[in-house]
Formats: sequence, structure tokens, C-alpha cells
Amino acid sequence: MKGLLIISGLGILAMLAEIFKFKKLLFPMVLLGIVAAYAFNFMEWKTGMSIPYFDNMIGFDKLGLAFSGIILATAFFWFILANDYFEEDTNLVDHFALVLFALVGALMLTSFKNMTTLFLGVEIMSIPLYVLAASKKNDIKSNEAGFKYLIMGSFASGFLLFGIALIYGATGSFDLMQIRAFISENAATLPLFFYVGVVFMLIAMLFKVSAAPFHFWAPDVYQGSPTLITALMSTVVKTAAFAAFMRLFMVGFAEVSSTWTGILAGAVALSLVIANFSAAMQSNVKRMLAYSSISHAAFMLMVILANVRSNLSVNALIYYSLAYSLGSIAAFGVLYNVTKKGNENIDAFNGLAKRNPSLALCMAVAMLSLAGIPITSGFFAKYFVFTAMIGTQYKWLLIVAVLTSAVGVYYYLKVVIAMYFKKQETEEPIQIERSNILVIVLTTAATIAIGVVPGIVAEMFKF
Amino acid sequence: MLTALLILFPLLAGLLVFFVKGNAARNLALGSSIIEFGIALGAFMLFKHNPNAALLNFDHAWVQSLGIHFSVGIDGMALLMILLTTFLVPLIILSSFKNEYSNSNNFYGLILLMQMALVGVFTANDGFLFYVFWELALIPIYFICLLWGGENRGQITFKFFVYTLLGSLFMLVGLIYLYNHTNVDGLKSWNVQDLYAAGRSLTEVQQSAVFWMIFIAFAIKMPIFPFHTWQPDTYVTAPTQGTMLLSGIMLKMGTFGVIKWLLPVVPLGLEKWGGTAIALSVVGIVYASIIAISQKDFKRLIAYSSIAHVGLISAGILSANQQGVQGAIMQMLAHGVNVVGLFFIADILLRHTGTREMDKLGGIRGMNGNFAVLFLIILLGSVALPLTNGFVGEFLLINGVYQYSAVMAAIAGLTVILGAVYMLRAYQKIMLGERNDSNVAFGSLAGTDKLVLGIICVAVVAFGVYPKPLNDIAEVAVRDILMNLK
Repeated sequence: MKGLLIISGLGILAMLAEIFKFKKLLFPMVLLGIVAAYAFNFMEWKTGMSIPYFDNMIGFDKLGLAFSGIILATAFFWFILANDYFEEDTNLVDHFALVLFALVGALMLTSFKNMTTLFLGVEIMSIPLYVLAASKKNDIKSNEAGFKYLIMGSFASGFLLFGIALIYGATGSFDLMQIRAFISENAATLPLFFYVGVVFMLIAMLFKVSAAPFHFWAPDVYQGSPTLITALMSTVVKTAAFAAFMRLFMVGFAEVSSTWTGILAGAVALSLVIANFSAAMQSNVKRMLAYSSISHAAFMLMVILANVRSNLSVNALIYYSLAYSLGSIAAFGVLYNVTKKGNENIDAFNGLAKRNPSLALCMAVAMLSLAGIPITSGFFAKYFVFTAMIGTQYKWLLIVAVLTSAVGVYYYLKVVIAMYFKKQETEEPIQIERSNILVIVLTTAATIAIGVVPGIVAEMFKF
Repeated sequence: MLTALLILFPLLAGLLVFFVKGNAARNLALGSSIIEFGIALGAFMLFKHNPNAALLNFDHAWVQSLGIHFSVGIDGMALLMILLTTFLVPLIILSSFKNEYSNSNNFYGLILLMQMALVGVFTANDGFLFYVFWELALIPIYFICLLWGGENRGQITFKFFVYTLLGSLFMLVGLIYLYNHTNVDGLKSWNVQDLYAAGRSLTEVQQSAVFWMIFIAFAIKMPIFPFHTWQPDTYVTAPTQGTMLLSGIMLKMGTFGVIKWLLPVVPLGLEKWGGTAIALSVVGIVYASIIAISQKDFKRLIAYSSIAHVGLISAGILSANQQGVQGAIMQMLAHGVNVVGLFFIADILLRHTGTREMDKLGGIRGMNGNFAVLFLIILLGSVALPLTNGFVGEFLLINGVYQYSAVMAAIAGLTVILGAVYMLRAYQKIMLGERNDSNVAFGSLAGTDKLVLGIICVAVVAFGVYPKPLNDIAEVAVRDILMNLK
């Protein structure tokens, strides 16, 4: 809770910075604030008690705090990376405030206990992002991204709200645990519109995590938004959405799993196939990473599909979020620096190994991690998913996952080959800021570290 | 402990080499690989003295909650494979001394990392660890081929990587499936013996599924017909040292995998599908031999001959009897040494004459008699003439396949004739006959070249005349494995 309050406070502070002229101080304050929030978050996690607030509207249990931790850590790295994004723009403080409020929404999503909190979290997180996606005001693509994101996002919110209303109508409650209790008591007499509500909520959540067939907004939005905002969307936002997804379906609707697992399995299979084959055809790296994020979403959804609230599946999802976030931050960090001149095509990476060997190495590790090659964390993430899935009836999905993973390797390697094998006309070295190097190297190192010793993470989250 | 050292040492040496500049890198790499061979010989002595020595095993929990252990150990078969690996790597490094590679420190660093992964594959006693090393071996060789390879390397290495990875992922699913069926006091385990037990408790249908899941990974790695399409291009495009690593050692990962991680796991699956797999292997032998005969490029010819050889090895293993498996192990050793020698000869030809096309060569024997003799010895080893190292293995292999099926053995036996045809034809075209324009002056060999070829020739003859020490170890190892099968 303290973490959430700190970040909210930071957001308000950021809006005041322009008036009271402490813009320069804002950046260090934000970093410090996030560290403090993380520290409180960690202490609450250590005590291990689930503390409800506001009539159990929101409650911080270990699961939620674990996801909050990942989000805060990612946000910390993100802010350092985004350092000069804030500097070069005129509306500095607005952007700070927007990102911070999106973060507030994300933290709420990890720990909601009530459908209204869920909806609030989704909206608080999404609305700043609509603006941020369009924050490159003079770029028509960025405007398109913001607009598209807004329309599609509102559409999904509509579904979410409608679903919540239907479920309220059937169960008479917004409270997740009460709904769960109601379901198990009245399993036989639930009205049809309750199931419709569940499916509506599923559709809304699939929208939010950009799983096929509700993914079509993602490539355009990811490509059009400023690279750093894309990085934010594919890490922090995604993690939060999955935390919410997991809580909603594995806690709230676990008893009626037969309603939604079938649809979910279809969505996973579709996502895997569409995302990987589309990604393989992209020449724009940002767009490729957008499709890759859809494919990773499908992997995470598989864990939810396994639908056993065991240590194994919870761990799998947490580990996957962490591994994916780290790999993505590193990848987007490199992408951001390489594409500064505007060329987002894969040939911008040509000859990177010569122009900046350490940057190329980090990118290679990030790509191998996203592709799931040992000993990077991406491999363990995949492994945990496979292990969670193999005991279920959805073994066929594993085969789909294996085949599409091979396609995945294809497009991740394309970047590696461009860096190490293709020649660039200019061999002038790429200079990047120290702070950016720091983030990229740290996240890359962490990617390998939790791949070599996955026990650090896997054994931390025992529930 | 010693086994862990065998894995750790090349890792550290390899990481160190990345940071050394110039010729020091290659000398350091050579030195450390010789020390590694020394450690392996130490392990050999220890094993001779006491095969169950505690020093040969190492076990440390890696991810406790998932039953994953860093568990490595040396048994008879692992020992032979390690000897092969550690014997070949110094030769491979030495063979590169006349090639100029840019950023050579990275080149040698990657070779040593590769060695680390290979030793890991051969010693892992934990299914998960095995998989990790299996994949790790792919990364250095991929970069070696990508960075220092020949024409079209981007595309070709790509196919190689994706192809092998696809197979590996299937294996991973198969292994996880087995893991999911293990039960040691209510817990799951990755230990190799527990996986054996889990595999055998499955029904025939389940075992068949697991058999194919795992076999595909090995079949692609070896490679076996029809999974071989990545191999010729990759072998030809890779730099010579990369080809040596691929064919000399990495190929053995596949055959080794079948012996340790497939045969004892799914006996029923093997019974049901082993025949099909043998048939594929045998088809591969004939198919690859015939293609080899029509090759013009000597390196490509060796690549196809390698498919033929490995087909026979695989057929021998899958026939699952003492002679077959023992022959396979002996042939793995012999083939490793011979194929490295042959690829080195292809490299020397290219360096001295600028071509590997056999039609453009000829009459080299007249210019460099020593080279002709060395080439001939290695070639005879490759066609398995008695008293060379290839003979023992091939003889046992055909014997083993014969026990399984006389027809298969008859077809597989064609490899002896066809192998002699394409190899002797190649020798005739390259070394005998008229001189061609391109090789007017085939000078004498460099010192390191002579040394490498000399050592290989000694190995070819020595283990042809006196295979007993290796054969004894193989025999005992195979007996243990086959006992597991019953």
C-alpha cells in the first residue's frame, strides 16, 4: 500500500514541478521515490500478510506484491533509460506525471480485490498511455497510434464494464471472493448472462494483453508510439495486465473454468501462430517486437490456462513476467539507441557488432533470451510454462508452442545476423549515454543471472 | 570433482581467451586445451584404477524445488567421449595456426566454450542439465560458422540453427513429459535413473510418442536421412575448424544421446519403432554414399560420407545388442579422428592450390610424397581397412545390425564398398594422375600441419593395431547399458 501511495504522491508532485520550478530535481526524486516504493513493497512482501484496505477494495497479498515488485523494478530501469526522452521534450513534467499515473494503475491491477478496483486500475493505467502513445506530436504515426489505442482501449473497457455489470447482476457482488463463494454455492443455478459476463471479461482482458484475435491494435500502436513508450507498454503494462488476468480468472472464475478455458486455448493457439508468422515477415524491428510480445503473451496465457493455482503455475507466470520484462528492457534500450536517426528497419542494426560491440552483445543476449535459449532466463521461463502445461489436457498446445518457437528463433536471429554478419556503409561508432549503457548492461546481466540461478526467483515466490 | 573441473576449466580458459589479443590468444587456447587433455587422461587413469571412484562424480543441487541438479559423472562411455573431445580440440586449435582469422581471440574463446558444453553433454547425469548443455553447444558453433564461415553463411547457419533448435525443443517436451512421470518419494526428479524408471512405466503408446520426440532431436543432430538437409551446406560453409567440431565431436552428441538418453528410457517404444528408425538410417547410408560419389568438391564429399558413416552408427545403436552398440562407440571414436583428418586435408588442399574441386587437382603425390602418405593412411582409416582404427567399429556394427536383420545388414554393408569407391576415387583424382595448372607448386607442409596430420595418423594406426584398451572400456559400458534395457 505504501508503495502505491508513494507513486501517487510522486505523480501529483510531478504536476506541481512546473509551477514551483523544481523541474531539475524531479528526475532524481522520481528515482528515489521508486526505490522507496520498492523497499516498502519488499518489506510488506517479507511479512507475508495479506492486508485489505478500503473495505477490501484493494488488498496486498504476496502474489500481488511480487508482481508489484517486478513492475517497480522495471519502471526504475525504464526511467533511467528514458532520461533524455524527458529532457528533449518541452512538456517534461506532464510526461512524468502521465507515466507515474500509469504506474499507479498498474500497481492497482496487481492487487485488486474488487471489480470496481479492477476497472479503475485498467482505466488509470490506460488513459495516460493513450496520451503518451501520441506524445510525438508532429509525427503522424504517433498520432495514429494514440488514436487507435484510445478507440480500441475504450472498446475493451466497454466490454469489461458490461461483463462486470452482468456478473454483478448474477451474483449481487463486486467483491472477487464473494463472487467466487457465490459461484461455488450456486453452481447449478447460475443464469446464462453470468457466463456471458465471464466471456465478456475474458474478451476485454485478451484485448488488454493483446492476444489474438484481439491483437490487431498492438502492432500499429507499438510501431507508432515513441520507442520508449512502446518499451513501457510491453513491460510494465503487460505485467500488470497479466497479474490482473491471473487474479481474475484463477481466483475469481476458477470454479467455472470450463466456460473460459476452451476460448482461452483457442486464443493461445491463434496468438502463437499469428504472432510468430507475422513477426517473421516484419522488417521493422519495433513492429517485430510488437508481434513477439503477442507471442509471449500467448505463453503467459498458457500458464493461466493450466489453471492450477499451484506454486508451479504462479511461479511460472511471475518468472516469465520478470524474464520477459528484463529481456524487453534491454532490447528496447538498444533499439532506442540504434534507431535514434529514425530508421527502424532491421538494416539499422547492420554491422552493429563493429560499431559498438558491447551494445551488440547485449542485444544478442536479449534476443537469445526472448527466443528462449539456455542459459538465459527466457529459457527457464519457457521451461516453467512447459512444465505447467504438460500435466494438463492441452498437450497439443505444447506442440503448437514448440513449432512456433522455432519460427520465433528465426526472427530473433535475424537481428543477430544483421548485427554480426551484415555490413553497414558507415562504421562510425555509436555513442550512447552512460546511463543507458548502465541499464542495458544491468538488465542483460540480470537476464543471464536469473537464467543461471533461477532458484533465486523461483524459490522466492512460494505461496 | 574431477568431472566438474573438466567442465569448469575450458569455461574459464575460454572466457580468459576473449580478453587476450593476437597470437597469445591462440597459444593460450592451445595450452589450456592440452591441459584439459591432461586432466582427461588423469580421469582415464583413475577410471582404470577404480571405475566407481567418488572423484569422478559431482552432484550439487541447482534448483532444489524443481529437482534440478548439477549432476555430472564419468562412466565408461562418457570417458571415451571425453577422451575423444579433449584429444581432438587441441588438434583442431593447432590446425588453425596457418589460417588467418580476424578477431581470432573470439574464435578460440568460442572453441573452448564449445568444448565446455560438449564435455557437459557427455557427463550430465541430470536430464535437465543434459538439455542445457545440449543447447549451449549450439551457440558457440553457430557464431563460429556465422562469423568466420564462407559464402552464404548467413542463410545456411540460420537453417542449421533453427533446424537443430526445433529438434531440441521436441526433446525438451519429451524430457519434461518423462520428468512429470517420475516419482521419488512423492517428489519429481531429473536424475537419469529416475527418468529411466519413469519412461519404462509408460504404456507402449506413450513410449512411442516419447521415442519420436527425443529421437527427432538426435536424428537432426547426427544427421539421419531425411533430417540431414542442413548438414552438407553447413559443413561446407563453416570454417575448417567449425566443420571439424561439428563432424568430429558434435555429431557424436546425437549418437551418444541415443545410447544414453533414448535406448534405456523407452524400451517398448524402441521395440515398436526401432525398425523404422533403422530403416531410415540404412536408407541414409546408401543415399549419402551415392551422392558422395558424384561430388566434385572434396569437402562436400566428406560431408556426405559423414552422413553415410553416422547412418551405420545409428543403425548399430538402434539394433540394441552388444556388438551393435559397442561397434557404434568404437566407430564414433574412429570417425571423430578420421573425419577431422580428412577435413584438415581438404583445408590444406585449399590453402596450397586455391581449390577443393577434385577435377582441378591431380598429381600432388609427385610433388609432396609425405602428404600423400599421410592422406592415404587417414583415408584407409576412413574406409575401414583392417589394422586401421575404422575397422573394429565397422565390423562390429555390421555384425550387430546383422543380428537384428540380415537384409538391413546387407544394405548397410554396401557402405564398405561404396565408401571405398568414393574415397579411392577422390584420392586418385587429387593425388595421382596428371598435374593440373592450379597446383603447379604444391610446396612442403608447414610444421604444425605435419604435426596435426602425424598425430592423427599415429592414432589411426595405433588404435587399429591395438584397440584393446578402448574396446575393453566400451564393452563393459555397453554391457551395463544393455542390462538396463532388460
